[in-house]
Amino acid sequence: MATEILMPALSPTMEEGTLAKWLVKEGDEITAGQIIAEIETDKATMEFEAVDEGTLGKILIDEGTEGVKVNTPIAVLVEEGEDADAAAASAREADKADAGNEEAPEPEQAERAAEAPAAARDKYRPPEPDRKPDWPEGTTTRSQTVREALRDAMAEEMRRADNVFVMGEEVAEYQGAYKITQGLLDEFGARRVIDTPITEHGFAGIGVGAAFGGLRPIVEFMTFNFAMQAIDQIINSAAKTLYMSGGQMGCPIVFRGPNGAAARVAAQHSQCYAAWYGHIPGLKVVMPYTAADAKGLLKSAIRDPNPVIFLENEILYGRSFEVPELDDFTVPIGKARIARKGDDLTIVTFGIGMTYALEAAEKLAEDGIEAEVIDLRTIRPMDTDAILASVRKTNRLITVEEGFPQSSVGNYITSVVMEQAFDWLDAPVINLCGKDVPMPYAANLEKLALVTTAEVVEAARKVTYK
Amino acid sequence: MAARRKSAKSNTSGDELLQYYRDMLLIRRFEEKAGQLYGMGLIGGFCHLYIGQEAVVVGLEAAADEGDKRVTSYRDHGHMLACGMDPKGVMAELTGREGGYSLGKGGSMHMFSKERHFYGGHGIVGAQVPIGAGLAFADKYLGNDRVTFTYFGDGAANQGQVYETYNMAMLWALPVIFVIENNKYAMGTSVQRATKSPSLWERGASFGIPGEEVDGMDVLAVKAAGEKAVAHCRAGKGPYILEVMTYRYRGHSMSDPAKYRTREEVQKIREERDAIEHVRDLLLTGKHATEDELKAIDKEIKGIVNDSADFARESPEPSLDELWTHVYAAEVPQEA
Ligand SMILES: Cc1ncc(C[n+]2csc(CCOP(=O)(O)OP(=O)(O)O)c2C)c(N)n1
Ligand SMILES: [Mg+2]
Repeated sequence: MATEILMPALSPTMEEGTLAKWLVKEGDEITAGQIIAEIETDKATMEFEAVDEGTLGKILIDEGTEGVKVNTPIAVLVEEGEDADAAAASAREADKADAGNEEAPEPEQAERAAEAPAAARDKYRPPEPDRKPDWPEGTTTRSQTVREALRDAMAEEMRRADNVFVMGEEVAEYQGAYKITQGLLDEFGARRVIDTPITEHGFAGIGVGAAFGGLRPIVEFMTFNFAMQAIDQIINSAAKTLYMSGGQMGCPIVFRGPNGAAARVAAQHSQCYAAWYGHIPGLKVVMPYTAADAKGLLKSAIRDPNPVIFLENEILYGRSFEVPELDDFTVPIGKARIARKGDDLTIVTFGIGMTYALEAAEKLAEDGIEAEVIDLRTIRPMDTDAILASVRKTNRLITVEEGFPQSSVGNYITSVVMEQAFDWLDAPVINLCGKDVPMPYAANLEKLALVTTAEVVEAARKVTYK
Repeated sequence: MAARRKSAKSNTSGDELLQYYRDMLLIRRFEEKAGQLYGMGLIGGFCHLYIGQEAVVVGLEAAADEGDKRVTSYRDHGHMLACGMDPKGVMAELTGREGGYSLGKGGSMHMFSKERHFYGGHGIVGAQVPIGAGLAFADKYLGNDRVTFTYFGDGAANQGQVYETYNMAMLWALPVIFVIENNKYAMGTSVQRATKSPSLWERGASFGIPGEEVDGMDVLAVKAAGEKAVAHCRAGKGPYILEVMTYRYRGHSMSDPAKYRTREEVQKIREERDAIEHVRDLLLTGKHATEDELKAIDKEIKGIVNDSADFARESPEPSLDELWTHVYAAEVPQEA
């Protein structure tokens, strides 16, 4: 049987090329792997190897020919005793039949392509926020710091499942750089509470591999500033593998630690990564404010089959909140909380942004402006229904976060509201962010660089025209 | 394939050699076919062929037991075939079809098989190294008697995360074998242009990790070194490094103008050091097989490869709904 040799595609983008040189002539015996021609693409001259063996029966494209389209027959290989011309003709016939077959299903595919995205992202349905309370009416609560709540969440989940373990710098013997893992080593031992060397990229990758291997790692970063050393493993390995494996393998892992500005630690230690991780499909991103949310969400994050970025805040660690006394208290990932009800405007925020939003709401109330404050709690997947329902009621929206302004979480919220609640808006949305500068060290400048309560009050007056 | 590996060990060396011949030939023919399909535009993007390096993975798989794990880079087709994954599923992934191991969503560089303990297929140079140590960490944590083969290139050996991983792997005595496939080049950069280290395996010494250099064109030498490394890991002594000296005949990926080495250099190694020819000689001179028997094997392998190519062309493209699936897991099976 004769085999046609086709003009090869030698790069991901090549559509045609020049057949620069034949290194064999008609009648030559050819072995698989032998270099038979040189082909010039727009980028380089490359050698072209034969895949099959046989005799070069006929050269169909002369050397020096430019603009030879990929897949054009350039020569014919024949077996012993075959006639080259006849073989060339029959090979081309067979090829035509083949090509006909392959083109058939195309129109149908194109139709489906137009439908699919619309069906998958039904944008204009009315919002249906989940308004179930986080814990049943009448549950007793007790005051706890965020620090204790986080520790309890890990301890409870480690008691619940042996494959949950914590690793990070100073998490074991030192009891945690910020004392979040206090007491865990005593209770669970060195097998499950593991001090690592200072090697973020490495231990993030080991965590990912351990998750592939059936464990449920909690990887603590001393702060998220240092996780930039590890961000490749978080995004390329943890977040994308489920998709790239067609659903075969996921990565159940929690990356947690303090995020955002602490106090007077300047540019390299003061940054909010909510928008960075919130950008990535495959990650879930959580940023609690209260101790109850810290506990309930961390427990959910540890049980979640996906990689979860859990953004804490050093300034909030020591604050106390009421935490329900339940045996197994969890808060679902992806559900916002209405922290304060109001009819005049909506303030959407998360994490430490809540501090400014709640302070501002109190001030505004003194002047008769009632703000509805939404604590997002989860950045991704975002509870846009809660935001949309509130905006439909108040018709005004401001967002508050500590991160930088360009491509902020607030920017995304604004686009969602523009697309899905434009007709309900009575004022332009305002995004309040940290200032567009690296964090300065000087006390007065640092204050200026952060979002302030005064700015929130001012923005609220702007959108309510009061 | 897993079952035959076990039996191969106890059988006569003739049967063993025939098995290695078959396994290496399957990889070579498969890769040649992939190159051809790429030339026809049926495979897109990056496609890194393993031709020339077959003895590395075939030798090490011969040293592995059922349940051992492996993880590698984007140059992964050979590893998948050698650990018993179905050539059809691999080829169909290369063509981006529904019948591929990742339903067409991963492509040449990103394929996985939990069933065959193959953990990818990673496109970021060096990223698979801590992942391999993490798999070993999980086995040690769970008390499994398993070893993870973590393959990476001579170029990857210069990534910082490799040394972060060496440090922790030794610190925690993880059962991981670091296999440096030294094929002399990282794209167009020869080892000599990338480092002044005389050898790559010796770098493990700074962490206390033992290792050795292995002739990667001799499948029996690779197997012997693999068995030694496996025994070391299984005895709880921690990691082991094998720097396997090998050579890739083809370009780095499909679009490689190959100006960094001469045609003669490639030709010389092909003629004098080819791993498949080596086993072929052993089979013939040792009278373990006749020319005709080897021809029959060639034919059989060609058939398997052609079937995989037919499957990869006929399998439909993934349904458009697949765009939105597998971004998040509802539940991930948690068995180790
Ligand atoms: C982090 C990263 N940098 C660069 C690349 C681009 N790249 C892909 S393969 C490669 C060469 C790697 O060579 P080596 O590790 O020797 O493996 P080989 O290709 O020889 O198998 C480079 C630079 C990449 N994929 N990832
Ligand atoms: Mg290399």
